Amino acid sequence: MSVTELEFEAQTAEAAPEQAIEGRSQWQLTWRRLRQDRVAVISLVVILIMVVIAIAAPAFAALAGHPVDATYPDNGLSGAGTPVGPATHGFLLGTDGVGRDLLVRIVYGARISLFVGVITTAIATVAGVSVGLIAGYFGGAVDAVLARFIDAVLAFPYVVLALALAVVLGPSLTVIIAVISFFSWAGISRIVRGQTLSIKEKEYVEAARSLGAGPFRIMFIDILPNLLAPVLVLATLYIPTAVIFEATLSYLGLGIQQPTASWGNILADAQNFYQQAWWYVVFPALALLITTLAFNLLGDGIRDAMDPRTERIFAARRKRRRREQGTPLAEGELAGTSPGGLPGGGA
Amino acid sequence: MTLLEVKDLAVSFPTADGLVQAVRGVSFTVDAGRTLGIVGESGSGKTVLTQTLLGLTPGGQISGSAVFDGVNLLGLPEDKMRRIRGAQISVIFQDPLTSLHPLYRVGWQIAEMIRAHDSSVSKAQAHERAVELLGRVGIPRPELRVNDYPHQFSGGMRQRAMIAMALSLEPKMIIADEPTTALDATVQAQILDLLLRLQQDFNTALILITHDLGVVADIADDVMVMYAGRAAEKATKRDIFYSPHHPYTKGLLESIPSSTAASERLRPIAGQPPSLINLPAGCKFHPRCAYVMDRCLSEEPSLRVVGEDAFHSSACWLPVEAAGLSDRAEELRKETVREGRSDAAAEVAEAIAAAPESEGSVI
Amino acid sequence: MSNPSADGDGDMLVRVENLVKYFPVTGGGFIRHTVGQVQAVDDVTLSIPRGKTLGLVGETGSGKSTLARCVAGLIPITSGTVTFDGRDITNLPRRVMRPVRREIQMIFQDPYGSLNPRRRVGSIIGDPFAIHKTATGQERKRRVQELMERVGLNPEHYNRFPAEFSGGQRQRIGVARALALRPKLIICDEPVSALDVSIQAQVLNLLADLQDEFGLSYLFIAHDLEVVRHVSDAVAVMYLGRIAEAGPRDPLYTSPRHPYSTALLSAAPAADPDAAASRQRIILTGDVPSPIDPPRGCRFHPRCPKAQAICGEQEPVLESKPGDPSDHVTACHFPVEAGEQLAAAGRRETP
Repeated sequence: MSVTELEFEAQTAEAAPEQAIEGRSQWQLTWRRLRQDRVAVISLVVILIMVVIAIAAPAFAALAGHPVDATYPDNGLSGAGTPVGPATHGFLLGTDGVGRDLLVRIVYGARISLFVGVITTAIATVAGVSVGLIAGYFGGAVDAVLARFIDAVLAFPYVVLALALAVVLGPSLTVIIAVISFFSWAGISRIVRGQTLSIKEKEYVEAARSLGAGPFRIMFIDILPNLLAPVLVLATLYIPTAVIFEATLSYLGLGIQQPTASWGNILADAQNFYQQAWWYVVFPALALLITTLAFNLLGDGIRDAMDPRTERIFAARRKRRRREQGTPLAEGELAGTSPGGLPGGGA
Repeated sequence: MTLLEVKDLAVSFPTADGLVQAVRGVSFTVDAGRTLGIVGESGSGKTVLTQTLLGLTPGGQISGSAVFDGVNLLGLPEDKMRRIRGAQISVIFQDPLTSLHPLYRVGWQIAEMIRAHDSSVSKAQAHERAVELLGRVGIPRPELRVNDYPHQFSGGMRQRAMIAMALSLEPKMIIADEPTTALDATVQAQILDLLLRLQQDFNTALILITHDLGVVADIADDVMVMYAGRAAEKATKRDIFYSPHHPYTKGLLESIPSSTAASERLRPIAGQPPSLINLPAGCKFHPRCAYVMDRCLSEEPSLRVVGEDAFHSSACWLPVEAAGLSDRAEELRKETVREGRSDAAAEVAEAIAAAPESEGSVI
Repeated sequence: MSNPSADGDGDMLVRVENLVKYFPVTGGGFIRHTVGQVQAVDDVTLSIPRGKTLGLVGETGSGKSTLARCVAGLIPITSGTVTFDGRDITNLPRRVMRPVRREIQMIFQDPYGSLNPRRRVGSIIGDPFAIHKTATGQERKRRVQELMERVGLNPEHYNRFPAEFSGGQRQRIGVARALALRPKLIICDEPVSALDVSIQAQVLNLLADLQDEFGLSYLFIAHDLEVVRHVSDAVAVMYLGRIAEAGPRDPLYTSPRHPYSTALLSAAPAADPDAAASRQRIILTGDVPSPIDPPRGCRFHPRCPKAQAICGEQEPVLESKPGDPSDHVTACHFPVEAGEQLAAAGRRETP
C-alpha cells in the first residue's frame, strides 16, 4: 500500500510544477533510465562495435592483407596441414582449416550473423505485431483461427522443419531468412495478442470508439503505441535467438554455404580441428557468445527501463545499497515517474 | 486513557527531483475506545502518516516520536514491530481483495494470523475462533463460509473478513485506511455500523483515514484535517462540521453537494494541491485560500487553540474568534483580511479569483 | 408503461424503450458454449429531455454503466430501441452510426484510464477532429487550445502527456474531448467519483456551466446520491438491471416510494453529524444477488423489509402510484407510504 501512496505523491509532485511546457515522452524517460544502467550501456557499446566491425569488414581484410576467400596453403597451414595458431605469419587469430585468415573470416561472419539477426527480427516483428493486433482486437472467429495458427507454428519441431525446408529448397540466404522469420513471428504474435486483449478493454480505447474511430485507427493510433515497449524488448531478445538459429543451421550445413563466411559454418568446420587448433573453435564461439549476450543484456536493460514494476524492484535494491553508502537516490526511484503503468486508485 | 501519542512526526522521501515532504510535523493523540478521523485529499500525507506508525515506510527519513502504550514505535526493530503489528495495532485496507491471499481459504488465513502471534493455540482452536469471528462480523453461516476462498466472497463480505482478521488478536488499536471507499452505499453503511459496534464491544481505539467527510460525520469522535503533510485543523467532530476555523476545512465542507441547496452552484476550492517537493512558502494553503493575507505568504502558522474547547485547534492566521459558518464569523474574517492584506497578498487573491476552477471572489 | 422522466412528449432528446442487454456467459472446455446469461439490463424504459440532466443511480451490478454504453451505441443491444433526436439508432452499423457519434459523447470515470498514456494531450483532445475530419493542422491546434482554455486548462500544455496532469485536470481533458464536436448529449459515467472533494466540485461546476452554454443534455451516472441530486433534473434508481423508481428529483429524494430507494437514500453518508445521528438508517441485509440468476418476481424481494409472498412471484409494474405525479414511477407492490418506518432501522444490524 505504501507504494501506491508514494506513487501518488511522486506523481502530484511531478504534475504540479510549471517547468517544462514540452512533455517528456516515454522514450526520453526510458533513455534516461537506460543510461544509468551500466550493464545495458556496455552491451549497447559492444553491439555498436560489432556493427562497426561488420560494416568495416573489407577494411579488416585490406589491413590484414588477406582477402576473405583467399587461402594461404604455404604460410597459413602447418606442415601437417593443420591451421596455424594466433599471431603466426601475420595471422592475428590464426587460420582456418584451409588456411584462410580466421580474423577476416569472423569479421565477415559478423556481417551475415547481424544481417540475418536484424532482418529476420524485423520481418518477424512486423508480421507478429500485425497478426497479434488483428487477432487480439477483432477477437471471435478471426482470433480463433489466428490463435490456433500461432499455436500450430509454436508447436512445430522447428529445427526439423527448418532442416527439411532447407534441404528441399536448397540452402541460401533467402531461405534462411524466410525460415527463421517464419518461426519467430508467432512468439511475438502471442504476446502482442495478449497485450492487445488487455489494452482494448481500457477506457481510452472505449473513448476512441465512442468518438467514432474505426478499428484500424484504434489499432494503430491507440493500441500500438502502448505495445511498442514490450515489442521493442522482445525484438532485442529475438535478435540473438535468430543469430543462434542461423549459426545452428549453418553449423548443420544447411545455412550459409562456403565460401561465404558465417559464424555457424566456421564453427562447423572447426569441429574437425578442435584437438589441434583451439583458436579455430574459441574465437568464432566467443564472437557468437559476446554478441548474443550483449543483445540479451541490452534487452533486459530496456525492459527494466520501461517497465515501472521491475524498476520498482531495482529501485528498492538500489535504495538499500545507497542507504548503506549514504548517497542520495537517483531519479525515478520513487516509482511512478514514468507516464505509463500508474494504477488508478491509490491513497 | 491515551493509547497513542504522536509528536512532531515528520516523514520525507529523498528523490532526485528533491525531497518529498510527505508528513511535516504532525502531533495527535488517540484514546482507547475513541475514533479519530483523519481527513485529507490525495497527497495530504494521511496514509504515509499511519504507515510510518507501523514501520511500513522504508526509505523514508523519519523524525519525531509515536508512543503507543509506552513504546516508541518509530525506530523500533522489525522483529519487535512485527509483534505489535496485528497483535496490538491492526490495519484494514481499502481493497480487501489485495489484502487477502487469493489462494488460501479465508478461515485458514484468520487462523494462521492467530497462531502466528500465539503458538500455544492449537489448529482446531484457531479454526474455531475464525468461525466465531466471521460470525461476529456478520457473515451468514460462518461455519461453512470459513472454508471459502476470498473470490467466493462479495466485496462487502471480504471487507468483513478483513475486519474479522483485524480483530482476531483483539488489538488495542485499529487503523482503517479508506475501509469503505471501494464499497457501495448500502454495504458501506453495513460496514461502518459494524466497525462502530465492534469498537464499542472491544473498547478499541480506531484511526479512520478517509477522504469522505460523510464517513467521518457518521462514526468519528475527533477529526484531524490534513493538508500538505500537516494538520490544518483538529477538533471534535461537531466543531469541525459546525464551527470550522481553517479556510481549508471550510472549503472542503462547502465543496460537498448538500441536500439543503441542491441546485446552487458548488463552491470548490480553487487550484490544485501543492507539489510536495515544491511547497509554497508561508502557509501551504495560501495559493488556494480566499482569505490570503500578507503574513500567509511568508509565515507558516502552527496549530493554536481556537475554540472554547481546548481541543479545537487550527493552523491559520485568522483570529481565533473567526470560526464557524455564521455571517458574523464571515464578517470578522473579511474585516481581518481587509486589514491584513496589502499589494502582495492582493495579487495572490486576484490570481485565485481569476483561476478557471475558482468560484471565489476577491474580498 | 408510463414514461419515467417525461414532462410532456416531443421534447425528449433520447428515448430508451424496453431496452434489454444480456451478456452470454461462456463455459470452458474445448468448444465455447453459452451456459447462461448475465441479465445486465432488463426491460428499461426512460427518456432524457433536451437540455436537462437525467441522473442514474445504482450500486455495483445494477447495470447502469451497461445501460449508458447501450445508449452510446458502444455495445449492441439485445432487444428494445434507442431513439436519439427522433431517429432510431438501435444497433446501427458503425458507418451509419458515425454521424450520430458526433452528437453523443462520453466522459469516463477513471481520469487515469480514459486517456491514452502514450499520447500527448493535444492529440487526445484533437482526436474528434481527426476522426471526423473536421479540422486539420493549425486549425485543429487552435480549436484544441480553445477547448483547453474553455475547460480551465493552460493551452500551452498542449504537448504534455496525461501523466503530467493531476486527476482533476485529466478529467477536464476528458471533458474537452467530449465537447470538441459540440454534441447534444454527454453521457457521464461516474465522472467525479475518482476525484478529491474540492476538485470534484470544480468539475461539477464546469459541467453545469457547459450545460448552460451549449444546451447539453446529460445522462449522469454516479453512485454518490448527493452528487446526483445536485446535478439532476430527474433521477432513475436501478437495481439488478431494472428501474426500481424514477421521477423528478425532489419528490424522489424527499419521498421515495420504493423500499430500495428508501434504503439507499438512508444509507448515504451525509457530511452532517447531527443529521447522521438522528437519521433512521435502513441497513439492508445481504448482498446484491447475481445478475446471472436474478430472483424471480421483484428482484429486490430477498432483501426487502416489506416483502410478502406476491413479491417473489409477480414482477411489479413500473407505474405511477396513487398520490404521486404521473412522472414519478415506482416498481413495487407495496410502495413506502409517507412517514412509514421501514424495519431494521437504527444502529442495529441483522446479519
